[in-house]
Amino acid sequence: MKTDKEILEDLSQREYEYGFSTTIEMDRAPVGLSEETIRFISQKKEEPEFLLEWRLKAYRHFLTCDMPAWQNFKLPTIDFQKISYYAAPRAKKTLNSMDEVDPELVATFEKLGIPLTEQKMLSGVAVDAVFDSVSVATTFSRKLGELGIIFCSFGEAVRSHPDLVRKYLGTVVPVTDNVFAALNAAVFSDGSFVYIPPGVRCPMELSTYFRINAENTGQFERTLIIADKESYVSYLEGCTAPRRDENQLHAAVVELIALEKAEIKYSTVQNWYPGDKEGKGGIFNFVTKRGICRGDHAKISWTQVETGSAITWKYPGVILKGDHSEGEFYSVALTKNYQIADTGTKMIHLGKNTRSRIISKGISAGRGQNSYRGLVRVAAHADHARNFTQCDSLLIGDQCGAHTFPYIESKNNTATLEHEATTSKIGEDQIFYCNQRGINKEKAVALIVNGYAREVLNQLPMEFAVEAQKLLAISLEGSVG
Amino acid sequence: MLSIKNLQVNIGAREILKGIQLEVKAGEVHAIMGPNGSGKSTLASVLAGREQFEVRAGEVLFQGKDLLQMPPEDRAREGIFMAFQYPVEIPGVSNVNFLKTALNEIRAYRGLPPVESREFLKLVREKQKLVEFDAKLANRSVNEGFSGGEKKRNEIFQLAMLDPRLAILDETDSGLDIDALKIVASGVNKLKSADNAFVIITHYQRLLEYIIPDFVHVLYDGRIVKSGGKELALELEEKGYDWLKTEHGPVAAPAPAA
Repeated sequence: MKTDKEILEDLSQREYEYGFSTTIEMDRAPVGLSEETIRFISQKKEEPEFLLEWRLKAYRHFLTCDMPAWQNFKLPTIDFQKISYYAAPRAKKTLNSMDEVDPELVATFEKLGIPLTEQKMLSGVAVDAVFDSVSVATTFSRKLGELGIIFCSFGEAVRSHPDLVRKYLGTVVPVTDNVFAALNAAVFSDGSFVYIPPGVRCPMELSTYFRINAENTGQFERTLIIADKESYVSYLEGCTAPRRDENQLHAAVVELIALEKAEIKYSTVQNWYPGDKEGKGGIFNFVTKRGICRGDHAKISWTQVETGSAITWKYPGVILKGDHSEGEFYSVALTKNYQIADTGTKMIHLGKNTRSRIISKGISAGRGQNSYRGLVRVAAHADHARNFTQCDSLLIGDQCGAHTFPYIESKNNTATLEHEATTSKIGEDQIFYCNQRGINKEKAVALIVNGYAREVLNQLPMEFAVEAQKLLAISLEGSVG
Repeated sequence: MLSIKNLQVNIGAREILKGIQLEVKAGEVHAIMGPNGSGKSTLASVLAGREQFEVRAGEVLFQGKDLLQMPPEDRAREGIFMAFQYPVEIPGVSNVNFLKTALNEIRAYRGLPPVESREFLKLVREKQKLVEFDAKLANRSVNEGFSGGEKKRNEIFQLAMLDPRLAILDETDSGLDIDALKIVASGVNKLKSADNAFVIITHYQRLLEYIIPDFVHVLYDGRIVKSGGKELALELEEKGYDWLKTEHGPVAAPAPAA
């Protein structure tokens, strides 16, 4: 028989183990970026020496970086000295009841059909149902544990599996990759870590959604997913509910590593605060995401639905190193009001008989600007590499923009590269046709847009696809005159 | 059911319809014939609620309600269906999904709950069979990659699914080969009832060999210049439309394409 105390200890242990720590950390690093800040973060997180060194290396590189100038929009000035880099967990203002939540936000929750408990969690209302989530998550984790799957916070991975972290961290997105990746490496607060052992097929979609801790580490998040030989995992990032967040800059890094015959499917639905109708406020979402098919016959597939943020700047790519490896990128990016999306992918073909497929669907409404930027590179030894790119733009109204910047570099003449692109407007005729069948204008546009994005939405796991579909409809509300 | 009085319609400065009178009662089939540019398709578009037209005068009552005051979706929900001359494609939206959305919008307007999935699928199967519409096409995206004939047949399938009170067929026969024409006509004949009405707009008489109209109206230069029974269609087939010019004078301005 266990004593009450033991049970309690056990429980808190488990909470801790799976990242459900509820300890309120009062410490805050002073505002601003310096070596001291980084040492402070590393010390607070009780990190091993190698990680501190790695962070410092990243910071030193960051200092040498200029801000990028090639993007198709004006990059706002970001004062890195005005950001607070460590406040864990970021204390959210707690509201007492749903009555205190912005009614507009509540209306959106209703439309998305999000359960009340989740509504409360997302909007920062105190929830007493935490134990439910703990038990759900615990069952979940036990099942994964039996299969040898590691799914935990990044910090936890550093403590419990330092060798794995050390072996793979920064191997896909090096600290020198770009200025935001360098910044992330220097100051990242937490994130997610996944390891799937050889031959294991992860039986459920892994989602940060189940890890409340992750809610507080959004600003400089870091995700590392390793699929060992012949394993499979599907990972869901984010959630369709809108998030009001005061952090303007989000610079996350995601690294995926697929070993021989392994497959990783990574799905994102991004609905961060896009700013108001005049384009004030909103998140700058500057993300570096990349995967590597290290082994032969490996496969990595990115699917993204981007509807939020004032600026989205991300190019989830795949390095196809193993022979016969496969990379995919499916994207829907919707911009309205003054939103900007500059997104696409990089497919780097190094191995023989490697294949990649790019399906990008941009939707621009209002004064939104949408750019597809993609690179397909075939290296000299990548015999018989194949790529298919389809890049479509849909315009709603006459004040938005769609831009396409495809780069194709081939050093091997056995490569087969295809690129298709279309630009279309939602026709008056299409809308009238729907009207004549009893469907009003707003619903007609939602229907047409969802049809247009179908090929990408079909890649999402079922429930996620349904939510994403609703999200597209909601995002377009009021954008049709 | 439908009562059109002195309907005058412009596109920009050009007068297209110059005072149309038409009464359509439940259970009736009316054919509107006339040469290209006489205003046939404009009449259909105005009834369906297309925005580019300016109604200068006149009144259109549908089941006693002022049709011209309603947005197009409400006209559809009230029970007006138009089979388009050029049906549009909606990529990625399956026909079945499109029809379910439409049906539920119409039901909601009438205070009915959304149709149950099983019920709906039953209806799809039933109507598909009735109008001889290929099940494969029903599941494909709305009109995407359909042949001209398949598009027209899809209009009739949609007509069957939505079960309107008044159906307007805008040159549904154009571009159909004889077999497709027969299938379309047989679909319409099966859907015809004492409670609904059809307005068939056509240039040629051949569709009327298969769908027998109760009334035939000749539209010329924005006016109905002659009305009669089904024999009028045969007369037009024999004489063509040229006699209209001698009787009613040539059209003043070059008319727009129907």
